[in-house]
Amino acid sequence: MLSLRHVSKSFGGNHVIQDVSLEFATGSLSAVIGPNGAGKTTLFNLICGTLHPDRGEILLDGAPLHGLPPRQVARRGLARAFQVASLFPSFTPWQSFCAAAVPERLGVAGLLSGFPRQQGRQRADEVIALLGLDAVAHTPVEQLSHGDQKMVDIGIALCAHPRVLLLDEPTAGMGPEERWHMVETVRRLWQATGLTVLFIEHDMDIVFSVAEDVTVLSYGAILARGTPQAVRADPGVIRAYLGSYAKEAA
Amino acid sequence: MNNDTPPGLARLLPLLHFAPLLLLALPWFTQAGGTLDRISFVLVYGLFAMSLNLLVGYTGLVSFGHAMFFAFSAYGFCLLLGAGWGVVPAMLGAVGASTLLACVIGAVCVRLHETYFSFITLAMAMLLYNMIEIWAPVTGGDQGLTGMVRQATLFGTNLSAGLPRYEFIAAVFCASAFAMYALVSSSFGATLRMVRDNEPRSAYLGVNVYATKLAAFILAGLFAAVAGVLATLLVSGAYPTMAFWSTSGDAIFAILLGGSRVFYGPLAGALLLRLLVDGTTRYTGNTSLVLGALILAIVLVVRKGPVDWLNEWWQARKARPARRTANTGNAVNTSAAAVTADPAAEARPC
Repeated sequence: MLSLRHVSKSFGGNHVIQDVSLEFATGSLSAVIGPNGAGKTTLFNLICGTLHPDRGEILLDGAPLHGLPPRQVARRGLARAFQVASLFPSFTPWQSFCAAAVPERLGVAGLLSGFPRQQGRQRADEVIALLGLDAVAHTPVEQLSHGDQKMVDIGIALCAHPRVLLLDEPTAGMGPEERWHMVETVRRLWQATGLTVLFIEHDMDIVFSVAEDVTVLSYGAILARGTPQAVRADPGVIRAYLGSYAKEAA
Repeated sequence: MNNDTPPGLARLLPLLHFAPLLLLALPWFTQAGGTLDRISFVLVYGLFAMSLNLLVGYTGLVSFGHAMFFAFSAYGFCLLLGAGWGVVPAMLGAVGASTLLACVIGAVCVRLHETYFSFITLAMAMLLYNMIEIWAPVTGGDQGLTGMVRQATLFGTNLSAGLPRYEFIAAVFCASAFAMYALVSSSFGATLRMVRDNEPRSAYLGVNVYATKLAAFILAGLFAAVAGVLATLLVSGAYPTMAFWSTSGDAIFAILLGGSRVFYGPLAGALLLRLLVDGTTRYTGNTSLVLGALILAIVLVVRKGPVDWLNEWWQARKARPARRTANTGNAVNTSAAAVTADPAAEARPC
């Protein structure tokens, strides 16, 4: 279980995250939504160790994550895919996955073991099959379409053997067909792996069709949390964020 | 492997990695002192440039002060020979001391990024250069340390000149090149390329970026130190110019000239640089002008070394039949053009 307890973060006088307490059950698929500037990406940055909270605790299965740098958070089982795909340009997807899956990188083991190692190859093949990237597995990532690059970004995160996967706007910048392909892929990998998946998304059709529970942030605080149906009917959420979408959906 | 490549020839390509061993057989064809000395020069400065390329090409760290390890080891070797040590213990001692220096200096330098990293390494090297100049009773000042190399004997053979010196330099070069190749082909080598490509992303995958960079810095310093010992044998002493910024600059130029993305690119660059310097010195006397114009042309127009260019041409040629197959075979995605049949071969550095 991923838990945030009374987490706050400020930049100067700007209170970006204010006393946020959340719990994400193991194996859940949750969405974080909110208007621009609500603090969604900052929340992810706090969980990943990019930023450290001013106050509060972040725990993964009871072990503290707050105060740790990103590499140690990653080693505790938390991986992240980014809003803008963050790739290794000189690698192909298959190489990227092999590299991401290798745990021993330094020391004698890292120096003496060839690349890619057997366990890396195995993991890379599994992830390629899971994400349906067979056709582009050995194409330089710079030559891939935007959708494939986003998929590779998720694949790199998956190869690190995470328990929790954070997806920051996985469908950003995609066309309608690509978006739904991505949504189906995320749903499939969640069902296949049993990971705890937490994603930020602006497309409400996607959020309400995929997520088990939805957290709405506004001005760094939790505005609402619950099932998609409950959140869609919440007057505060409609007023602050959903507006016309809720009327159309109704 | 693709259809255009004769299978027999393609199967022989991995043997290219053993090509340096041919250097050991060279004296069967020629024993002319001038030729062997020129080749030794290229091997020594090529090894130095290859060691720097562990930082520049594989880790993305541009050091302007790499010559400090080259010079430190050269002086150490001379001093230890002067103290009566044998060639092998003196070499191990000098390389060990330089590697320790790389640990200390690297621990400070790799905390900095990009321009700041480049300039702090430059500052460190210039500090060493000035210490060498000032500390004349030990270092010989601007005259350097000469005379000790004449005592360098291995198994009763004097290494100070001629064929034995060439064979020693070629053997150490081969051993170092194989070790470096094993290094860049390992999981550690893949991690270096990850850090070079995308440092924050590497950290998000659990990579200790600082330790990785420091390890690369130390290993690059170690191989530069080996080159420094060989240079001492080649030029019969250790001189302050070995630590001067222009020695690091020449290695960077060799990397630019040869290419940084192919393992032997810097060696090809060292050879081209030697040919250019010899040619321009003989015919124009304006060596710096020609080299300066060439740097401008490479940086502004070509943006890659000839070996990098050849490698890209080869990769594109290999991909062409796959693209044809993809286009005619109703491939799901046209970006599957560059599919190769042997992903493990693709993962190996060139």
